[in-house]
Amino acid sequence: MRVNLTINGHPRGDEIEPRMLLVHYLREVAGLTGTHVGCESTLCGACTVLLDGRAVKSCTVLAAQADGATITTVEGLAHDGKLHPIQDGFWEEHGLQCGYCTPGMMMAAADLLSRNTSPSDADIRHAIEGNLCRCTGYQHIIKAVQNAAEKMRSASRG
Amino acid sequence: MAVVPKFVGERIKRREDPRLITGTATYVDDVRLPGMLSAIILRSPHAHAKINSIDVEAARKLPGVVAVLTGADLKGKLGSIPCVAPAEHIPFHPVLAQGKVRYVGEAVAVAVAANPYLAQDAVDLIDVDYDPLDAVVDPEQALADGAPILHEEFGNNLVTRALVPNPAVDEALAKADRVIKFRVVNQRLAPIPMEGRGVVAQWNPGTEQLIVWTSTQIPHLLRSALAGVLGLGEHRVRVIAPEVGGGFGCKLNFYREEALTAHLSMTLGRPVKWIERRRENFATTTHGRDQITYLEVPIKNDGTVLAIKAKFICDMGAYLQLLTPAIPGFSGLMMTGCYKIPAIAFEQVMVFTNKMATDAYRGAGRPEAAYIAERTMDLVAAELGLDPVAVRRRNFIPKDAFPFATCAGLVYDSGDYERALDKALAMVDYPKARAEQAEARKHGRYVGIGVASYVEICGIGPSAMLPPGVPGWESSTVRIEPDGHVTVLTGISPHGQGQETTFAQMTADAFGIDIDDITVVHGDTGIVQYGVGTFGSRGLSVGGAALMMSVGKLQDKLRKIASTMMEAPPEQLAFTNRTVALASDLSKSIPLKSVVDAAYGWKIPIPGMEPGLDATSFFEPPGCTFPFGTHIAVVEIDPDTGLVKFLRYVAVDDCGNILSPLLVEGQVHGGIAQGIAQALYEEVVYDEGGQLVTATLMDYAVPRANMLPHYELGNTVTPSPLNPMGVKGVGEAGTIGSTPCVVNAVMDALKPLGIRHIDMPLRPEKLWRAIHEAKKA
Repeated sequence: MRVNLTINGHPRGDEIEPRMLLVHYLREVAGLTGTHVGCESTLCGACTVLLDGRAVKSCTVLAAQADGATITTVEGLAHDGKLHPIQDGFWEEHGLQCGYCTPGMMMAAADLLSRNTSPSDADIRHAIEGNLCRCTGYQHIIKAVQNAAEKMRSASRG
Repeated sequence: MAVVPKFVGERIKRREDPRLITGTATYVDDVRLPGMLSAIILRSPHAHAKINSIDVEAARKLPGVVAVLTGADLKGKLGSIPCVAPAEHIPFHPVLAQGKVRYVGEAVAVAVAANPYLAQDAVDLIDVDYDPLDAVVDPEQALADGAPILHEEFGNNLVTRALVPNPAVDEALAKADRVIKFRVVNQRLAPIPMEGRGVVAQWNPGTEQLIVWTSTQIPHLLRSALAGVLGLGEHRVRVIAPEVGGGFGCKLNFYREEALTAHLSMTLGRPVKWIERRRENFATTTHGRDQITYLEVPIKNDGTVLAIKAKFICDMGAYLQLLTPAIPGFSGLMMTGCYKIPAIAFEQVMVFTNKMATDAYRGAGRPEAAYIAERTMDLVAAELGLDPVAVRRRNFIPKDAFPFATCAGLVYDSGDYERALDKALAMVDYPKARAEQAEARKHGRYVGIGVASYVEICGIGPSAMLPPGVPGWESSTVRIEPDGHVTVLTGISPHGQGQETTFAQMTADAFGIDIDDITVVHGDTGIVQYGVGTFGSRGLSVGGAALMMSVGKLQDKLRKIASTMMEAPPEQLAFTNRTVALASDLSKSIPLKSVVDAAYGWKIPIPGMEPGLDATSFFEPPGCTFPFGTHIAVVEIDPDTGLVKFLRYVAVDDCGNILSPLLVEGQVHGGIAQGIAQALYEEVVYDEGGQLVTATLMDYAVPRANMLPHYELGNTVTPSPLNPMGVKGVGEAGTIGSTPCVVNAVMDALKPLGIRHIDMPLRPEKLWRAIHEAKKA
């Protein structure tokens, strides 16, 4: 079957097997390997991407279900060679160690910050509870998201 | 004017991160090669069964399937997956099951096809006829008469028995005021790196060279093991650890799939990829802990601990992985903790059961030891009605006793346990916390304060302390390139720890150059000199020391050359701002680049000196380092739900000198999270028939962000005398201090109910039951 969708601003269409998962479509067909597979069961969040602006676990969405959708992956965060504030936040606050959960974690943070520009620490812990990190113990991730939120607030203040 | 370090000791943003935050890093599953095939493994659904027959015809006939192999196809072609630790019984460990399966998940057959979907279709068509056998799951039943035997050739399920007797312990037991007897369980845990295992193998028939990308902590040791199993020379095997998504000890190993994927590529003549799925990760990647310990502790009425006598029953699982039977030894050797306990005796009985093998998991034997020592201190306090802090102070090794030879035969390098304890007590305001607890108790609230003072063993060496094949040394090569940039090749294999940053900081300061002038390379046996790897918190203390040896050799050579150019004695020259300068007057300098030019271009020959700027070194540690600290948790238990809520979590760790403060914080945070997970949440559960009950992240409670507290960190600094940086290691410290700390806090909360001990994990249901049973009584 055929799917047509827009990934990181680029429209594309491909012939796929109906059973293909969105994460495998992104990685194997579109060649975007920044989105990782951690559990194939929606439980770890490593594969989180934005589908029409909302965070989804792309390991339990069929590529067919994403037909017509707009997808943002970690590769679509930076613009014009400039890191997204969320990427800067994770870098500055040591919000990652092995880096495997990081793309999904940043996409979950992007979803949160699109809805809540001044989250509390508890809001952040709640927003990323679907994303497991085994390295950081989360505290630096909370700081990273706060750092990004502050950057995004000051940017919108101009 | 002295040269001030610009990078060491600073909070430097990691140099690893740009590729990781932009999605451009290459983990194993991101490796793509022309013509690459996918392998999917058929695994045993039974804990223990005889294989009567395997029908692969339908699978082989499926269009697009390239190969289907079973154990019969490999018989006699591949060696045993090795265990290097000594044991009485080491069974043959096949790549695919040979006639019998011994745990759920054991590899039985493999299908290879153009993509994993198709390979899975083929696996679904394989028909295996099993005769299920009785399984042995409880390690305390493994040696009982009539227990099902896993490996018939041994006649029983004993792996090995270690006995460390000491008549002084029996004397202490006889003359003690009291003897405390108790049993503790360090439950089986799953390491769960977010990236599971994965392998890509590429055999080149033209060069007869094998390249294997694998998610490992030990590329060189793995190369040796892989070459041995395949019967290839090591010079024909190149192992690459690409980006590795966490290890925590479970990738300090060599697995069947690494041999299998390599064999498939060699026989099919095409690259083959195998990527572990999470269910496979739970069932077939090594587990950790799984020790039951019976303790007898003779004490005096003033709280002095006179000795510890222990019997360990250690569950090794169905086969032995690389270091499986070596792990429990550290639990015995380290169980005296921070205390001047004059005598220990222990017996360790290691047994086979129908489960996945255990092996190293963050801490590897020392969390179990710290748990024993710190539960002992709290149980002594409870027995005598003393404050747990006072009992610790009474038994601490005093700070003037270092280096301290323990009764177990270890030499603690340096320490000041009371200082770390005092700092943690001050941070938490202990008297105030106790007063608040007393007030809360008046209102029927279950508030508890838990203290744990730990010491652990890191950077293990010299090599004789480790099993043959896993040495204690580490290697480095430092190369100043012709343009003055520096390439560092290290034998360690970091996978999140951040040594690309730390080693660049150290090298930059040593040569007076910028951190961006340096590239740190690791994890490729085709490029890096033989090395050992990253485990046991050894990266900086051993790998960093090897780095500084090579740096020192090049500094000497640069000084000698510069000395002829500057007409100044070499020992008076310093490196700063990309120059070589007179240490007494930094304005008198020449560009470092001109000295590098001289070394390569040889404009000013020095008799007896080779051209080039390249040094390789191997550092053999003279002894082990012993990081320590005190963690304090304040918790409250909701009696209606059994849920544990953190009110405070304070950790004071002493890892010697701190080179990268930001990274040290990150290591401690992550360690605490995993230690809390053992105390409160995680447990690998097999049912009575040997079925793995916790095979998904729904059933196995890896903590989420809302299940963990805010950590308040402090440090004391007691340098180690055993390496030039004075560092001790910090990768596992958090895990070791936090588990007993949290259990002590929960038990302290339940003290008004007369509860002294509940085994981990202290999950809500278990606590709720204990609270309600106690209230009924």
